[in-house]
Amino acid sequence: MTPLTRLDDAVQPSAPPAWPSTGDPVVCLRGAAARVGGRTLWRDVDLSVAAGEFVAVLGPNGVGKSTLVKTILGLQPAAAGEVRVLGGRPGRANHRIGYLPQRRGFDATLRIRGVDVVRLGLDGDRWGIPLPGSARFARRRRAAEARVAEVIDLVGATGYAHRPIGQLSGGEQQRLLIAQALVRRPALLLLDEPLDSLDLPNQGAVAALLGHVAHAEGVSVMIVAHDVNPLLAYLDGVVYLAHGAAVTGTPDEVINGPALSRLYGSPVEVLCTSDGRLVVVGAPEPPAVHADRHADRPSGARDGSR
Amino acid sequence: MVPGEPGPSWNPIIDLQLLWSFPFMVNAFRAGTIVAVLAGLIGWFMVLRRQSFAGHTVAVAGFPGAAGATLLGVAPVFGYFGFCLAAAAVIAALPRGRDAGYREESAVTGTVNAFALACGYLFIALYKGFLGGVNALLFGNFLGITDDDVLALLAVAVVALAVLAAVGRPLLFASVDPDVAAARGVPVRALSVVFLMLLGAAVAEASQITGTLLVFALLVMPAATAQRLTARPVASLALTVLIGIVATWLGLGIAYFSPYPIGFCVTTVAFAGYLLAHAARAGRFGLPRPRLAGGAT
Repeated sequence: MTPLTRLDDAVQPSAPPAWPSTGDPVVCLRGAAARVGGRTLWRDVDLSVAAGEFVAVLGPNGVGKSTLVKTILGLQPAAAGEVRVLGGRPGRANHRIGYLPQRRGFDATLRIRGVDVVRLGLDGDRWGIPLPGSARFARRRRAAEARVAEVIDLVGATGYAHRPIGQLSGGEQQRLLIAQALVRRPALLLLDEPLDSLDLPNQGAVAALLGHVAHAEGVSVMIVAHDVNPLLAYLDGVVYLAHGAAVTGTPDEVINGPALSRLYGSPVEVLCTSDGRLVVVGAPEPPAVHADRHADRPSGARDGSR
Repeated sequence: MVPGEPGPSWNPIIDLQLLWSFPFMVNAFRAGTIVAVLAGLIGWFMVLRRQSFAGHTVAVAGFPGAAGATLLGVAPVFGYFGFCLAAAAVIAALPRGRDAGYREESAVTGTVNAFALACGYLFIALYKGFLGGVNALLFGNFLGITDDDVLALLAVAVVALAVLAAVGRPLLFASVDPDVAAARGVPVRALSVVFLMLLGAAVAEASQITGTLLVFALLVMPAATAQRLTARPVASLALTVLIGIVATWLGLGIAYFSPYPIGFCVTTVAFAGYLLAHAARAGRFGLPRPRLAGGAT
């Protein structure tokens, strides 16, 4: 990982390079398809994410955004096509992937400190208990503590990492979870709707943090999002899933009327507000009936912001 | 307290010397200490995993086990272990909702709970003249613990704690953050089964001291008190064990010198500790907690 720079020094995003870039891709899909419960969610998806790129996976509810993440993790086999992750089959290199599942947040009464949650990301999957007393133990513990402190500083959570995580706000919890995902120096960071349930200032701050992680630390970042606007300034690429297919490209190439109209097969307009926010208008609503965990979300949260 | 015997001198050393001059009290202290350590550590994870209801059901299942063993003329200890472990296995086999996490186990657990209690009642009704023993099964007893009982408790506790030490870190990860732990390759589901079996063993041990209905005195109260006081996992675990041992020893002492039963004494000491921990935190941070302007994000 590149030398540590504080987020505050690097909030300005670097100029987005052309996308997809050449070079060895961290994630590569060729004609990939996903079937869940006998229903094809998407097919013919081509995607290539290189090191240090920040890519958003967008689209309406129930199109299989989370399934795409699970396919990359090897938790959901691809129904067709080829998927390669970090030079191998999905699931082979998961120790080099930091993953943030979609979640509701920690129980308010959970009495475990934020720093402990980050530490679990480092060695929580190890069996047994290290025996204290040996020099090797002391050295390892110091190295682990230093790494945890370093990554907590990177996400700007030093001020509250020693408080019980259940008592922290959603934005503070999200920063600590990003630290947990980063603590093992992954090559790829996968986040499933991390901006969900955050207020607007926190959405912007977490988006800036992720942009910094990608562009300054060289970690490829893929984020599932409902609303592209907080991310827009930092993104290198976009995958827009809808109607069983996908368009990929730079944000400008994908989030425009003609591209989305082709994808949806019906006229769609992308409006730009005076403050630079994009609003997708005319996109057909997703099928009213689908057995999906997104279904319980209030409909107001879906609209007006894509 | 038996009339004619000396009361407490209020000097802890002299009182302990007096208590330990009786072999049955020595065995009660040994058994109580073993149980306090095991139940405290397993209970700490149970509280963290929000599985107290499962723990209660496993404990209630021990009641028909012990009553049935008595009915058949077998030592109750076999009934406790057999039924507690079987109940834990049943709960482990229950299907769990995909996103249910570690919230309360389903209504099936409650159904098993009621049926187990009813079976225990049946066995007592079938065993005539057993009525004096019902209180001991439900609310605990520290008389008549033999050297062999202590050895059996120790052997089970050593095995259970060795397993807990081996799976401790992944279990903590899976308890706090099951989704991320699963993505990291931690066998969350298998760990849940292993933990329930450990819980069954700890509950069966604790039942023999505190009785079926008061196992939470050693299973929940020390852990809940310690988690109130600190959010550091290692300190919290150590504090849990300390509180459990103090509650057991004080409870045994009070039970010896007073006419009150052991289960009440241990539970009351542990409950007093819990109240003190709440009071201490309230005193430290002020009541109600002041909101810092602009501090919350």
